This record gives sequence, structure tokens and C-alpha cells, in this order.
Amino acid sequence: MNVRLHVWRQQSANAPGKMVQYEATDISPTMSFLEMLDLVNEGLVAKGEEPIAFDHDCREGICGTCSLMINGVAHGPNEATTSCQLHMRSFHEGQDIYIEPWRARAFPVIRDLVTDRSAFDRIIQAGGFVSVNTGGVPDANAIAIPKPDAEAAMDAAACIGCGACVAACKNASAMLFVSAKVSHLSLLPQGKIEGSRRATAMVAQMDLEGFGSCTNTQECEAVCPKEISVASIARLNREFLKASVESSH
Amino acid sequence: MTSISSFYRSSVGCKMVMALTGIGLVGFLCAHLAGNLLVFKGPEALNHYARTLRDYLPILWVLRVGLLAMFVLHIVSAIRLTQLNRWARPVAYTNKKNVRSSLSSRTMMLSGLVVLSFVLYHLAHLTFRWTHPEFRELGEFDVYQMLVMSFHSPYVAFFYCLSIVLLMSHLHHGIVSLFQSLGLYHGGLQPVIRAAGAGVSVLLAMGFLSIPIAIFCGWIGL
Repeated sequence: MNVRLHVWRQQSANAPGKMVQYEATDISPTMSFLEMLDLVNEGLVAKGEEPIAFDHDCREGICGTCSLMINGVAHGPNEATTSCQLHMRSFHEGQDIYIEPWRARAFPVIRDLVTDRSAFDRIIQAGGFVSVNTGGVPDANAIAIPKPDAEAAMDAAACIGCGACVAACKNASAMLFVSAKVSHLSLLPQGKIEGSRRATAMVAQMDLEGFGSCTNTQECEAVCPKEISVASIARLNREFLKASVESSH
Repeated sequence: MTSISSFYRSSVGCKMVMALTGIGLVGFLCAHLAGNLLVFKGPEALNHYARTLRDYLPILWVLRVGLLAMFVLHIVSAIRLTQLNRWARPVAYTNKKNVRSSLSSRTMMLSGLVVLSFVLYHLAHLTFRWTHPEFRELGEFDVYQMLVMSFHSPYVAFFYCLSIVLLMSHLHHGIVSLFQSLGLYHGGLQPVIRAAGAGVSVLLAMGFLSIPIAIFCGWIGL
């Protein structure tokens, strides 16, 4: 199959960028979206042109590195699917495909489709952890955790930190990411202790990084490849409110 | 005091202020509509209601100051958050699809601004009577006559109806959103909250729209 790509090309962080058109020819429908880009890049290299820079790593949907805005939807048209797990059979012959990087002040473009998402790392550093004294390995099930809590924490822990929520949000808000991290830790007894401090610190860092605020449009939940629910945003709001009340005493 | 200011400075805290003042403003709308609907009972009932409000002037002033404070806080917070949100995305997408968000959720600032301009006109029109000096000759509490006369103007009636429809859109997203902002989410109750948001916004709009419709059809006249 053949498709026409419109790709954001930008030499470096401060260089101006623009959409450039490429013809992707002889594509197999069984190729993944990134394999299609690899093929286009081989063609570009053969012609002596700069290949399109894009982020990728595991290519099996678990690392959160791939990050493409495909036809206006973060990670493309398939629900609960990362860009790397998207296949060309999801597109039709001759289709125009627009590929853009995540757009957010907190995710500046490094080159072409690659953005700097270290803002997420700094949010995690601000409070996305449980302080423990390391020692011997504890017995399994030494701390009893109710099944529903373990399940909810696991659902939130599925977040791979790709940033699709930020990319899809009209406000470039990181609330779904932050709330997933806060939920996964504070639903468990080990993480509850630092719950208040964590919510306050992570929200403060999120604001500092220049992410927008949540207007509850739920666009994030719709594109999240790991189907994190906006219920976790409500949980973060609850944790934040609790922390604010506690700190005023 | 510092904890209140740091709460408000945070985007999450600011959203909670939006939610709380929003609840207050919806409460005011319900009370205001209940008063307005007395127009269907006739001039005496509506004018008596207006006079009674004035009989409790100190309480009325407390309510007015509270209402003004909520209104100002709601607007100031909205402007602040909108600036923050626009700043957060300096380069727009050339191609962007909306997958799940509703039109009303994406146009809160527009619907809010139209409703605000309506409120300002409403005050200048009926409360201060700047735009209609002839109302001053009607006497202090002839609310009924002012109301019926006003809706005979097609411009006023159109602006009123447009504002009410946009108010409905604003509340349709706002009521559901405020639960989320305050952290009140429950899997099983989500459909109930969504239905309540839609129900309250549609009922309020129908109530407000019933008055110009009744005047247009001649059910209410001078």
C-alpha cells in the first residue's frame, strides 16, 4: 500500500519547524507504524537526506517512549494502543497521514518528532516514590492488601508515562499522569504514609513545569494507551484537598 | 493565611475555588428562577415578592455581597486558569481531533463571557435602569410591568434566549466537572452525576425560557 505522510521537521530545539510531505510507497499492511517510518527513513538516507527523528524503544507498548500525534490523535486512531503497536492495516490506501510531536511548553521539541519529557521525571522526583529503609526482602503478603485496592493500584501503575494525556489535552495538562502516579502509590499501605506530602509536592512541580490545568474534558482518558481512568484525577484532587486541610492545622 | 494563598496559587486549588463558587452560583440561579416564575401567578405575586426582598434589606445585602464575591472569584479564577492553559501550549497542532470531549466543555470561556455580558446588561437594564430610564417612572417595585415590557423588544428577547441557551451549555459541563474537581467520583454514581448535570441545566434553561415564550404567546400580558 501507499500513503502520503505530512511530517513535522525541525532541525533543533530553537530552529523553526514545518510540515514536510513524503510519499511512503510499497508499505505492507502488516508493518507497524514505526516500521513504516523506518522504511521511509531508509529511503531518505539513500537519497542523502536527514532521516526523520522519532522516539522509540521497546516497540511492544510497555516502555512509553514512542510518542506520535497521528492524524490529530495521540498514538493514532486505535484505542488503548501505543504508536509502536499501531499497524498500517489501520490506514487505507492513499491516505494522508499527519505526524506531529507532542505539543506542550513543558515538552519542548528536541528534533523533528522527539520531545524532551524530563518534566515527568522531575514530577516523579518531587514525590512519586515511597521512602523505605532497604533491608532484607520482606515476606510475601506480610502486609495484607485488600484485593480491590491492589487491583486499583495496579490499574494506575499501568501508566507508562508516555505523555499522550498531555498531548491530547487542550490545556496540555499533566493531571492524568500525576494522578496515576499518586493513585498507584497512595492506594497501598506502604505509600499511604506519605500521601499528603506526595500530592502537594507533585502538584507543585507539575505547575512549575508549565503544564496547564484540568478542565475535565476527558480527552486524556480517551487516548491513554493504558486506559488510565479520570477517576484517578478525582483521587488526586481528594488527596490534594486532604493535604491542604491537614497543613492548615 | 499562607496555606490559603498557596492553595489558591496551585492549579488544583484554583479549580476547587471554581467548583465551590460554581455551586453557589447554581444555587443563586435556582432561587432567582423560583422568584421569576411567580410571574405566572400574576403582577401582584411578583411585585409582592420584590417588595418582600426589600423588607429584609440587611439580609439581602449580605446575600448580594456573598453573591458578588462568588461571581468575582469565579471569573478571576477562570481568567487565571485560561491564561495558564493557553501558555501551556505555545505551538498549536496543524491537525487535532477531539475524541471524547464535549463541545460545551471546550467552549466554557465563550459561554461564560456571553452569560457575563448578559448579567451586566441585566443589571444596567432592570436594577440600575440605565438603559431604560423610562422604567424609573414606573415606581419602585413594578417588576411585572418592567419584565413584560422588556420582552416586547425582539433584541432583548433574543439576547436573553441566547444567553440562557449558552448558560445551559455552561452548566451542562460545569455541574459534572465540579464533582470531579472536588474529588467526588464514584464509579457507580458517575451516570447519576452526569444525568443530574444534564437534568439541572436543562430544567433551569426551560424555566428561564418559559417566561419569554409565555409573553410571546400572549399567556402573560400587561
